[in-house]
Amino acid sequence: MADAAAITAGQVEHLAELARIAMTSEELEKTAGDLNEILANVARVAEVATDDVPATSHPIPLTNVLRDDVVGSPLTAEQALSGAPASEDGKFLVPQILGED
Amino acid sequence: MKYEDAVATYDPALGIEVHVELGTATKMFDDAPNTFGGSANENTTPTSLGLPGALPVVNRMAIEYAIRIGLALGCQIAESCRFARKNYFYPDLAKNFQTSQADEPIAFDGSIDVELEDGTIVPVAIERAHMEEDAGKNTHVGGASGRIHGADHSLVDYNRAGVPLVEIVTHPITGVGDRAPEVAAAYVRTLRDIFRALGVSEARMEQGNVRADINVSLRKDADAPLGTRTETKNVNSFRSIDRAVRYEIARQAEILDQGGAIVQETRHFHESDGSTSSGRPKSDADDYRYFPEPDLVPVAPSRDWVEEIRAGLPELPAARRRRLLDDWGISELEIRDIINAGLLDPVEATVVAGATPDAARKWWMGEIARVAKQREVEADGLATPANVAELQQLIDDGKLNDKLARKVLAGVVEGRGTPSQVMEADGLQIVEDTGALEAAVDEAIAANPDVVEKIRGGKMQAVGALMGPIMKATRGQADAGTAREMILARING
Repeated sequence: MADAAAITAGQVEHLAELARIAMTSEELEKTAGDLNEILANVARVAEVATDDVPATSHPIPLTNVLRDDVVGSPLTAEQALSGAPASEDGKFLVPQILGED
Repeated sequence: MKYEDAVATYDPALGIEVHVELGTATKMFDDAPNTFGGSANENTTPTSLGLPGALPVVNRMAIEYAIRIGLALGCQIAESCRFARKNYFYPDLAKNFQTSQADEPIAFDGSIDVELEDGTIVPVAIERAHMEEDAGKNTHVGGASGRIHGADHSLVDYNRAGVPLVEIVTHPITGVGDRAPEVAAAYVRTLRDIFRALGVSEARMEQGNVRADINVSLRKDADAPLGTRTETKNVNSFRSIDRAVRYEIARQAEILDQGGAIVQETRHFHESDGSTSSGRPKSDADDYRYFPEPDLVPVAPSRDWVEEIRAGLPELPAARRRRLLDDWGISELEIRDIINAGLLDPVEATVVAGATPDAARKWWMGEIARVAKQREVEADGLATPANVAELQQLIDDGKLNDKLARKVLAGVVEGRGTPSQVMEADGLQIVEDTGALEAAVDEAIAANPDVVEKIRGGKMQAVGALMGPIMKATRGQADAGTAREMILARING
């Protein structure tokens, strides 16, 4: 089971790149090993999950938690910006965005 | 390559993704106001700013609007659907993910008929309509003309972050050949009209309420598998959609003709010259690692609720058009002109207020549209349907002729009252006092013996020469037909 789903260092590297996390090759190897161990443990769940137990994303059978479309009290621009490292003209200032035009 | 040559050689296929911003009072997942304009960052809560610990709660009205859209597009409404996190790093969403729907859209498997200008109907199959949130707005500072390249830094306004969106995705639209650009534009226009009829969005293209991403691919013939597609993002007017599709078809055909391959990528449309340019290739950047949003429980619209919403749907634009065509007996071209002028509402209301369809159309599409254009304002703000119906009634009653009616209308437009009030205040009513008219006729005959001779000699068109003085004497209020009869009776009688 764990072998079939084995995580490679290459996959971890891909995920690290997507998550913008710089990792050394030692870290990639170690993380892949750790993840495989976790997967192997979690895989035991498959032994008890039978066809009549559907996959679920939410442990509590709750649906339709909805609110009415009524305006509350938004933050003021000052409050919104109060935690920002930098701002300009009432807007959040972020470093140069690279890549897409 | 010329567009005409491109479509002669290749069979284009389209796929269109339309985003519509819902006109709810609040955002999708928090109770910050959903309003356009205003100063930066005044419509946020900890949730729309993605602050740690802030939890989203779904807006019931946004769900209802999404169901309305789904039903209007002939879709199935999901028994249950979940939200998902679409993970990407870009500062327009502070959470580093967009809350969207992945494999469980709220609506799916629909179809709508799109009517082209010449009346051709093109059915478009809808794959899905799902809910998500809009992103904030970035302003790039320091580079040339606000572009990212060369910018020192960017400024972010999160007022739009979290505004409810519905994204509608078509199945591939094939078999439309050289009419692909027209079909793409007409499809988005049809959706725009439906959004407005449903009351779910102001659907103003120029404000970005409705945005289209257009996928285009080419293949040698209709039996071949679909070719590699490009996606031109955020095309925001009907004309631009037409131009973008036209440009992409010609561009791709030229590459294919030279033995090249189309690169699957996103492209940007440029208003200035109607071209598209390469954005980024589809790559790892599109690995969004969707997973179910743990902070939101599934939405399971009850069948009772769905049916209640269905029962409350307004008449949709296509059905309304068919009904009015039947009821009014006007031509397809005439009703399309009215629709394209955005005047179907006032024309219909004028008919309801008692005017004939022809008269209602004539006033709104003629004199009122002319004055509106001259003043650069919306025609439906110049007069009410009741005003127009009353004006026409005064003509039908013989109290006004067309020329006098236009003068009365001018007074109405200036806000001087109803047509009857303006007519009386300005003394514009047709002279029914035959005594005054007779006197004017006699005077004109006496003053123009040479004209009278011509008429006696059989030159009937000479009557016109007497009408001028008569109209002048009666300040334009004589009924031309009556005056003419009187002249002929005097001279020949």
